[in-house]
Amino acid sequence: MTSHARTPAAQSTAATVLEAQDVARIVDRMAHQIIENVARQGFEVVLLGIPTRGVPLAHRLAERIEVFEGVSIPVGSLDITMYRDDLRLRGVRPLGETIEPAGGITGKTVILVDDVCYSGRSTRAALDAVADLGRPRAVQLAVLVDRGHRELPIRADYVGKNIPTSPSQTVRVNLAEVDGIDAVAVFDKADES
Amino acid sequence: MKNLLSAADLDRDEALAILDTATQMHAIQTREVKKLPPLRGRTIVNLFFEDSTRTRSSFEIAGKWLSADVINVSAKGSSVSKGESLRDTALTVAAMGVDALVVRHHASGAVQQLAGWVDCHVVNAGDGTHEHPTQALLDAYTLRGKLGDLADRHVVIVGDITHSRVARSNVLLLNTLGARVTLVAPPTLMPSAVGTWPCTASWDLDATLSGKEHGDVDAVMMLRVQRERMSGGYFRVSASTPSAMGCHRSVSTCWGRRRRSCIPAR
Repeated sequence: MTSHARTPAAQSTAATVLEAQDVARIVDRMAHQIIENVARQGFEVVLLGIPTRGVPLAHRLAERIEVFEGVSIPVGSLDITMYRDDLRLRGVRPLGETIEPAGGITGKTVILVDDVCYSGRSTRAALDAVADLGRPRAVQLAVLVDRGHRELPIRADYVGKNIPTSPSQTVRVNLAEVDGIDAVAVFDKADES
Repeated sequence: MKNLLSAADLDRDEALAILDTATQMHAIQTREVKKLPPLRGRTIVNLFFEDSTRTRSSFEIAGKWLSADVINVSAKGSSVSKGESLRDTALTVAAMGVDALVVRHHASGAVQQLAGWVDCHVVNAGDGTHEHPTQALLDAYTLRGKLGDLADRHVVIVGDITHSRVARSNVLLLNTLGARVTLVAPPTLMPSAVGTWPCTASWDLDATLSGKEHGDVDAVMMLRVQRERMSGGYFRVSASTPSAMGCHRSVSTCWGRRRRSCIPAR
């Protein structure tokens, strides 16, 4: 995973929106929201993280749910590279790992977990990828950051933080498992390098 | 990258990207739904001028699992048997709006030549005694699965090197991946230009496997004797032509003796 690590937001032009303790509180809140929503269904739930940063996020949510509720929720990862609609435009890139959660996804409520929701195209690709893995009872979406500018009729069920951005900006989510630090920052694209 | 004609077309990063992708794709084969959508709407023609079972069916199944439309054309039963030239056949097929051609031909260099005539992507699925880059990728994938990173590994390729397109592609690709290669064959089955290849060569299997000649060995690859490509004179008259199995047996015994010292303990 180290190959995905990026330098934490150090440039002066970057506005750090969330610090490590903010991220921790938000993950706790999202875990509570998930519990509230799925407790009635007897926790027939799996978390599917979308690589790269959706995967550690899914593991954190599962860990917090276990702490709060004592329920262990299966976690998997879902690579969407082959399902993207811009595959041919962006050329060859490495595939992430797809790990089916223990017990599969058929009949379960699948919660897709990603770091940022932007155009909604990743989520669309993820929906196609889920369909090839099995037939879930329902699919929901949890994102740490919703930055708006949707290009498809998709919305997240659990949102950590709504961050209004302009399309000329970039949102950087750093997670300790991948980047060594927890932080969310907004960059102007021209300054990003 | 437009075409894959030679294992030398791949640099280290490209080769590693392909091998890493293959690892992930391998896992997908255990799923109930094996199809992925990336080649949806694309057409691939497998143009095989020489007999093949594994390569052709592998390319067919790979294309289909990636959602491409795959058409197989073999020389037998096509217009080639009526005397149509390679160029005409290639242009006819390419004119149908094909996105990629996978070509096997019995003449060395034929696929390279063909790639210059058509606009679509061309993959070399074996040309004569020249190259077979996709087989080399598969071999490297297998070696990586057993040995991990191939950098500084020592791979010995034994058998009929002269008539093997796989050996040439393997030497090039393993060299790109940082491995050392030693070819072992009797003089008649060693290509005369082997000195220009990025590898060492030996006539002595025992000395090579013992590690005395070229250092400890991490893996041995066995090539069969390609009798269908021989035009006589490759073996001494007094000695009977060794069968492919005979060759394997003698080397397996040899390797078995030294197995413990050659394979790193992990």
